Amino acid sequence: MKTAVDIAEAVRTGERTAAEVVEEHLGEIERREPEIHAFNLVLADQARQAAADVDRRVAAGESVGRLAGVPLALKDNLCTRGLPTTCSSKILDGWCPPYDATVVERLRVAGAVFVGKTNLDEFAMGSSTENSAFGPTLNPLDTSRVPGGSSGGSAAAVAAGFSPLALGSDTGGSIRQPAAFCGVVGVKPTYGAVSRYGLIAFASSLDQIGPFSATVADSALLLEVIAGHDPLDSTSIPQPAPSLMEAVEAGVDGLRIGLIRELLEGIDPDVAARVREAADVLSAAGAKVEEVSVAATIYGLSAYYLIAPAEASSNLSRYDGVRYGLRADASDITAMYEQTRAAGFGPEVKRRIMLGTYALSAGYYDAYYGQAQRVRTLITRDFDAAYEHFDALLSPTAPTTAFAFGAKTENPLAMYLSDVCTIPSNLAGHPAMSVPFGTGDDGMPVGVQVLAPALGETVMFRVAGALEAAATAATVMA
Amino acid sequence: MPNRITPDDVRSVARLARLAVTDEEVELFAVQLAAVLEHAEDVEALDTEGVPPTAHPLAMENVLRDDVARPGVDRAEVLAMAPASEAGRFRVPRILGEAP
Repeated sequence: MKTAVDIAEAVRTGERTAAEVVEEHLGEIERREPEIHAFNLVLADQARQAAADVDRRVAAGESVGRLAGVPLALKDNLCTRGLPTTCSSKILDGWCPPYDATVVERLRVAGAVFVGKTNLDEFAMGSSTENSAFGPTLNPLDTSRVPGGSSGGSAAAVAAGFSPLALGSDTGGSIRQPAAFCGVVGVKPTYGAVSRYGLIAFASSLDQIGPFSATVADSALLLEVIAGHDPLDSTSIPQPAPSLMEAVEAGVDGLRIGLIRELLEGIDPDVAARVREAADVLSAAGAKVEEVSVAATIYGLSAYYLIAPAEASSNLSRYDGVRYGLRADASDITAMYEQTRAAGFGPEVKRRIMLGTYALSAGYYDAYYGQAQRVRTLITRDFDAAYEHFDALLSPTAPTTAFAFGAKTENPLAMYLSDVCTIPSNLAGHPAMSVPFGTGDDGMPVGVQVLAPALGETVMFRVAGALEAAATAATVMA
Repeated sequence: MPNRITPDDVRSVARLARLAVTDEEVELFAVQLAAVLEHAEDVEALDTEGVPPTAHPLAMENVLRDDVARPGVDRAEVLAMAPASEAGRFRVPRILGEAP
């Protein structure tokens, strides 16, 4: 399967047509999608049309974008004008947004070919894609296991070869954890690096859009295309997109990398072993690697499960049956609200709305939400202290490899623990990414997480590139 | 603070959240919310005297733009997606309690 970098180059130079490329990927989708269910919607006709447009421009000698002819899958919480956008929820049934997300517009200008909208845990709330109203996505590497979540459809689409690139969103690990479970690369950029305009909100102070790909260089390319200031998002950082492609092969010689002690505790031994091996190969490549304590990260999970539901309960109040989606028949408006929301939301979304409403209610606001926000400050301070001595940090992406369907559905707290290593970066607003590095005892991929300070994407991609090179070399030798 | 969530607590929160709940959901949420809040006791117990809250990961400033007209979303396109509309507006069930 070709990388996005290779496809874009071949299409630009006329070596291959975008039409051939898209047919090849639609063929894979036709063959395996009925089993995997990565997509809520496959955009075959639109993809063929977009590919034909790219080919026409190449033939006419016009300039084409950096992703010319590259198939790409969009998580189904990104607004696409005139095309259904569901968040895998019944409450948005039949809704077509009246505008495109900024990332969708930028990708279209860059010549990307959208092949479909991918499945997710309803409103991005979950870690396994089992919370989708349309049924789960299966892990392409072992269909008895979950692909992770919430961006499980996007991770599975890349892992199955349906598209070399996909976009997801990451509020507490929803890009990185499924990337780890499916053996692909997944990136959560610095908060504010990528415009959230047109991303349907879950927890606004934590949400960030980011890439999935099979290689580190492809994620660097995709992030270069989607990042950069957008006046339509008031939290967008007023800076141009960073330059990342050179960083992937720049090596780690002289870098100081810290292995986070607290995030190696309570981790499956085989996963922890891979992370220590990753530290060793970075050390062999010239980095100075040491263990470091980032003590407040142990409070991340608790703080997150107060902050994220609180923000979600507020953001999801807009689904009231008035302006879009589902409406239950009722004689008065309060009953209409209550019955629409009862019929439209699934159990996990209801649980989080309840938790968030409770945490924000009179008498509890300061003890829960206020306290969690102060703990958020403590976590950021501990990261800042670590970054005085280190350029980047390392941890597992998730405590386990991909688990079996149903393994954690009865116990919400057990499911939440799947995000224990990824949540601290969202709370701090820092970038972090997952890179596949070997396998666990069960043969499933292990993801190593590379963390960097705010706007530290360049150093993060240097470390990720070195890890990928070492992991590839190890596979070749085996 | 002991995190005991009663069925009445659940019903009152559900009313605030405009969410109709069944008796089974009330029982289930009482147990599950208590479990999450119990896990959060470590955070509740932390001494954060003098620590400012983080509402947002970035230092935020007010963003202003020039006050010039620019295209918005298309009204017909928006209303076409509504469950019910009439005369260029969203149509909703009766809001006031008087007899029809």
